[in-house]
Amino acid sequence: MSVNRRDFLRTGAGLFIGLMLPESSRLAAQGRGRGGPALNPNAYIHVGTDDSVTFLITKAEMGQGTVTSLSQLLAEELDCDWKKVRTEFAPVDPALYGQQGVYGSQSIRSSWAPLRQAGAAGRAMLVEAAAQKWGVDKAQLQTDNGFVVNPASGARLSYGSLAEAASKLPVPAGVPLKDPKQFRIIGKSVKRLDTRAKVNGTAQFGLDAKVPGMVFAVVARCPVFGGKVASFDPTKAKAVPGVKTVVQVPSGVAVIGENTWAAMQGRKALEIRWDEGPVANVNSAGISKMFAEYAEQPGAVAKKSGDFEQAFAGAAKKVNAVYEAPYQSHSPMEPMNCTAVVRADSCEIWAPTQMQAGGRSAAAQLTGLKPEQVKLNTLFLGGGFGRRSSVDYLSEAVEVAKTMPGTPVKLTWSREDDMQHDLYRPASYVKFSGAVDAEGWPVALSAKVACPSFFGGRPGAVDSTAVEGIHTLEYTIPNMYVDWRKADPGIPTTFWRAVGYTQNTFFAEAFLDELAAAGGKDPVELRRKLLGNSPRLLAVLNRAAEKANWGKPAAGRHQGVAVVNNIGSFTAMVAEVSVDKGKLKVHRVVCAVDCGHIVNPAIITQQIESGIVYALSASTKGAITIDKGRVQQGNFNNYDVLRIDEMPKIDVHIVETENTPGGIGEASVPPLAPAVANAIFAATGKRLRKLPIRQEDLV
Amino acid sequence: MAITFTLNGGRQTVDVHPQTPLLWVLRDTLGMTGTKFGCGMALCGACTVHLNGSAIRACITPIASVAGKSVTSIEGLSADTTHPVQQAWMEEDVPQCGYCQSGQLMAAASLLAKTAKPTDADIDEAMRGNICRCGTYSQIRRAIHRAAEIKSSGVKA
Repeated sequence: MSVNRRDFLRTGAGLFIGLMLPESSRLAAQGRGRGGPALNPNAYIHVGTDDSVTFLITKAEMGQGTVTSLSQLLAEELDCDWKKVRTEFAPVDPALYGQQGVYGSQSIRSSWAPLRQAGAAGRAMLVEAAAQKWGVDKAQLQTDNGFVVNPASGARLSYGSLAEAASKLPVPAGVPLKDPKQFRIIGKSVKRLDTRAKVNGTAQFGLDAKVPGMVFAVVARCPVFGGKVASFDPTKAKAVPGVKTVVQVPSGVAVIGENTWAAMQGRKALEIRWDEGPVANVNSAGISKMFAEYAEQPGAVAKKSGDFEQAFAGAAKKVNAVYEAPYQSHSPMEPMNCTAVVRADSCEIWAPTQMQAGGRSAAAQLTGLKPEQVKLNTLFLGGGFGRRSSVDYLSEAVEVAKTMPGTPVKLTWSREDDMQHDLYRPASYVKFSGAVDAEGWPVALSAKVACPSFFGGRPGAVDSTAVEGIHTLEYTIPNMYVDWRKADPGIPTTFWRAVGYTQNTFFAEAFLDELAAAGGKDPVELRRKLLGNSPRLLAVLNRAAEKANWGKPAAGRHQGVAVVNNIGSFTAMVAEVSVDKGKLKVHRVVCAVDCGHIVNPAIITQQIESGIVYALSASTKGAITIDKGRVQQGNFNNYDVLRIDEMPKIDVHIVETENTPGGIGEASVPPLAPAVANAIFAATGKRLRKLPIRQEDLV
Repeated sequence: MAITFTLNGGRQTVDVHPQTPLLWVLRDTLGMTGTKFGCGMALCGACTVHLNGSAIRACITPIASVAGKSVTSIEGLSADTTHPVQQAWMEEDVPQCGYCQSGQLMAAASLLAKTAKPTDADIDEAMRGNICRCGTYSQIRRAIHRAAEIKSSGVKA
């Protein structure tokens, strides 16, 4: 899977001529591609003279199914034989591919048009080649599963036999795409292309990079965020068997050994004095207090409609509540790692990264090389969840490799490194006020949010990731006010699967349930009434309610509902729970999702289940807490996650629409926590306003 | 110190510190990277291999303790990806990111070797130590039941 495209060109000369432009034409293609993915089949498709079809996958695969779903887009329009499709990860080439990165559930959304166009252009070139060969009008010709066919004569030529001639033709522009009614690959649950390699141990993840002559490194970092090395003594570390050397790097002190374990043993023996810095005074109780104070103060306004103050003052019934969410670690199964070798005029990297282009740029900056002198090899990611949208671990590996030019270094983070030096889902705090009218319908809603910012723009502006899920609510509530005050306790934060929605949808959808109760309304009935202007959200709400048999849970169980519109998709969820002597059990989760045009229903279902499990862990299991500026959790013993025996039954219902595809990887994370919390209210009458849900809160 | 053991049916000798965990011998010394590092403390199951036929966590197993014994890793589960759990995993398309799946497969194969027709409770018991952050648990459960069927019918793909 890791053959570089240029290597592929060289080694494949005469064999894989296919739809490959010569280098001179390729430069022209680069010009066209600037500013976005090129509409160039050669960038994505190789048709071999042996009838093989190889697709270049530009988006990293972290489980979300890009290797398969992007191939479906190409194969559909190319009209090739799906059984012959092979894939490779594309090289990093922003001029050709645009910004290569996977974030915001964007892969299908950003590839839907360009990859179909690339496939269609490739098909047109093969048809043109056949038309020239047969001396007929190309308009008479059809394609059929890897063959160009002349229905008049019955003649057939395989794509492979036409590949060489097709490769000499110009790339056509504006080739019409298939009517979705004709799709035979898009919309089908074809099997994932990466499964076999992932069940026999051959799939190469970042941590599996094998480079001749490589050495193994770990880094000791200050346990307090922002702290620095004051001094260190490498003597004892160097005396550990298998340790080769000890070097200081910007992030700490690196121990390099003949294997990872030797390096880890060396690190244990290392003597370091840290300058811990100001964050050493920070703890979770203090952070919570800071947020509470900030939420009382005026913030940057994210939404203002109607007149909240006036409506609230005159309303029939009022509700005030405070909600809180903790920091969360990403904790993908594959800890952070990167392998790098730095030479005088080049750098090569093997990395599990969501940010291929950004990673290459970072390495170029650190080495003083040009980006094109840096080769970044894309390997499978053992989970990403937003963690690998940061390239800190990649930069760290380059820094270690810089200390030993020419020697490849594999840097591995232990689980503790990974959990204690993450960039976390921000903790957050919101103070809600809401009111209902005499008929019980919500008329006013105010949310004052306080939390850190990692996506901030200019000072005084609102970081959308701090308030999304609240200011984006599609409910018709005439008087709304949302503001945000940035609170920065010095704990690094970043994107975490579904980003701001992960906490804000919990806050907003649980508080809406409080308003429903205050007005004596059924939670689904209330949402239906308020979603008059959001037909897609209303449709998934109705589907989920119907499939969950809303209002008629199994004996001893209770239901809660929540909805969200994020990443261009619309999701509704009903959770069915029981609470027995303080023990919560989530029995069943019914989820309805409208993500527009469907590419692969099986992968959509996988992703919905995946998001639910990820959110159940964060809602009912672990939290990251801070004491003396340090993360108190270190491994899965004190940061527990959902296990197989706690898995609820999950029913996924895809509401197919003709809309442009939305994202899917982050769709089901946000509504899980509020659906469960609202079900707990139905079961116990207790409002749980702080995540994660703890057993002691249920007694 | 030279230590000899059987790995996937072949004789293997390594010269490493005797306390080095089997995991790092497989991965770093022998380049057998199918077995994964997840936690280093036997908390996640990603490094599960078979020692004399039983599932163990390679990350806490010193290499000295496997001397003279037989180790099977994911690479040795079958020669051609046809072990019943591998067949079932492919039928159910279990993996997402796939990183934990070597360990899941090895744990499942060990379960089936001892319990031909596991119940859901047997699966919970045998598999709750194997974490999957992508949340493939439902598919894993289905695949184990399917693998039991494949195994009892003796069908090879």
